[in-house]
Amino acid sequence: MTDVLDQIFILLKHWVLGWPCWPDSLRPILSVLLSIVPLMLVFALLFGIATVVERKAIGRIQNRYGPNRVGLPFTDIRLAGFGQFIADGIKALTKEDIVPRAADKVVHFLAPVALIVPVFLAYSVLPYGRNMTPIDMDAGVLFFFAAGAATELSVFMAGWASRNKYSLLGAMRAIAQMISYEVPLIISTITVVMMVGSLSTVKIVEAQADYSGQLPHWHVFTPWGLAGFILFMIAAMAESNRSPFDLPEGESEIVAGYFIEYSGFKFALFFLAEYLGMFAVSGLAVTLFLGGWTAPLAFLSWLPSWLWFFAKLLALISLFIWVRGTVPRLRMDQLMNFAWKFMLPMALINIAAAGLWFFLPAGFDRWAVCSAMLIVPYVLLGRGLMGGKLFTKRTYRYAE
Amino acid sequence: MTFTFVILGVVTLAGAMAAMSLRNLVHCALCLVAAFGGLAGLFLQLDAQFVGLAQILVYIGAVAILIVFAILLTRGSESPQQPIVAGRWLMGVAVAALTFGSLMVSIVTSTLISSANGPKPNVAADISVKKIGAKLMTEYVLPLEVVALLLTAALIGAVIIAMEEQARLAPEGSQSH
Repeated sequence: MTDVLDQIFILLKHWVLGWPCWPDSLRPILSVLLSIVPLMLVFALLFGIATVVERKAIGRIQNRYGPNRVGLPFTDIRLAGFGQFIADGIKALTKEDIVPRAADKVVHFLAPVALIVPVFLAYSVLPYGRNMTPIDMDAGVLFFFAAGAATELSVFMAGWASRNKYSLLGAMRAIAQMISYEVPLIISTITVVMMVGSLSTVKIVEAQADYSGQLPHWHVFTPWGLAGFILFMIAAMAESNRSPFDLPEGESEIVAGYFIEYSGFKFALFFLAEYLGMFAVSGLAVTLFLGGWTAPLAFLSWLPSWLWFFAKLLALISLFIWVRGTVPRLRMDQLMNFAWKFMLPMALINIAAAGLWFFLPAGFDRWAVCSAMLIVPYVLLGRGLMGGKLFTKRTYRYAE
Repeated sequence: MTFTFVILGVVTLAGAMAAMSLRNLVHCALCLVAAFGGLAGLFLQLDAQFVGLAQILVYIGAVAILIVFAILLTRGSESPQQPIVAGRWLMGVAVAALTFGSLMVSIVTSTLISSANGPKPNVAADISVKKIGAKLMTEYVLPLEVVALLLTAALIGAVIIAMEEQARLAPEGSQSH
């Protein structure tokens, strides 16, 4: 029974494929469609729900309610405001699509499309459950980052084609930030690739599938894995332009950044791409460090594997929302200094620590040496970058 | 010749042609990116995963951004007034013909083509990303290190050039304030 539940989506797919009504020439295309369409639907729905959850959570953090009115249309059922995303979607679809007169019409139109396609491509290599990887590629992780690299140009297209100074500034900020944080993102991934010895996402999950006693062998439970996970999540936040790294949007300075001149559904597409990018990179974090679809404790393995993947994904999304509600936005110089003077050295040291972990014999010594290798530079770098300044509790002159 | 090959080929060729013939330089750069993307697709179709993905990472992710920024920071993105076909097109044709000819000769005389009638060696299945990595770390470690050294030197050079400019500008800047 548990096996059936675990493989239910694959069994369903094979069952649909087995219907006699399909001509043989259509079957390969149908098989591809049956893998892609549910994924797109699930993640689009997750996007809708995540926007409501985020607005409610941030509302709570800021001592207000957040959306709590819209429920099912034509009924009195409110669902605590979880119908809000349907109303938002209808609103985005019916709004007027305004294109500035000076804008470069073709590029302006193509930019959101060119942004959403690579974001969706990244989903094709994530393992959602046992045997549930759309493409089990030999170079899956590389494919993920290649798809991510393609989004930078779409951001430029949006910013440039709008013929607006703010949008171009926003695009420049976004590209500078994405390029800077791509380096620690990829370097913190390299540790996992080094230890597993494969770029395939499936193999990376399989390498973490063992248990010693009840405890899993996730990479996050090693010193290099924990450091890598934290570095990866910070860089992922910057990659997906999420607060506290949302300078490209910077409402207080450049209004909305690169998508300032977009309205209606094109604006919704940018929004969708931002969230889908966040989900995809969280999915990769789950795969790399949190054991993918494996259960957190051995006796919980009877639950379906895909359930664990989505539970971890939702936990990471909640982390993103929580951080957004609590941490203020960085300044541009702080952003760059943080990437190049802190993240990059730590990521490089982490590679050395992972290498040492691999060659030292298992035991307490290995833990001590590798932890020291990471904690000492962390403290020294942190102290050094503070520049001798002493930070105490902040006092406000007028706002007491 | 499969259907995907036709699509990718058309995208690559159309992108390259548009990159040559459009007037707006940013449009040219974007069309060039389409050609790069088509080329990456062709590599992936041939199961050369590493080359294909490196093509996307390096050319679309980095080189295209560099080109676009270079255009924006130097001449501006306004359309030039001169005609598209430059006066020295004869020279261009000669260079293009020479390049095409040399590539043609090297491909036709290569051992892979000459054994076309016999059983083809399956090259693609042999070149996994893992193998390329292993080769780079063992057999070709010296060239790799040399390239790394060269790139580091270039990086330091760029930083030094940028720093000198700042140092020279700083006293003037403080006077004008």
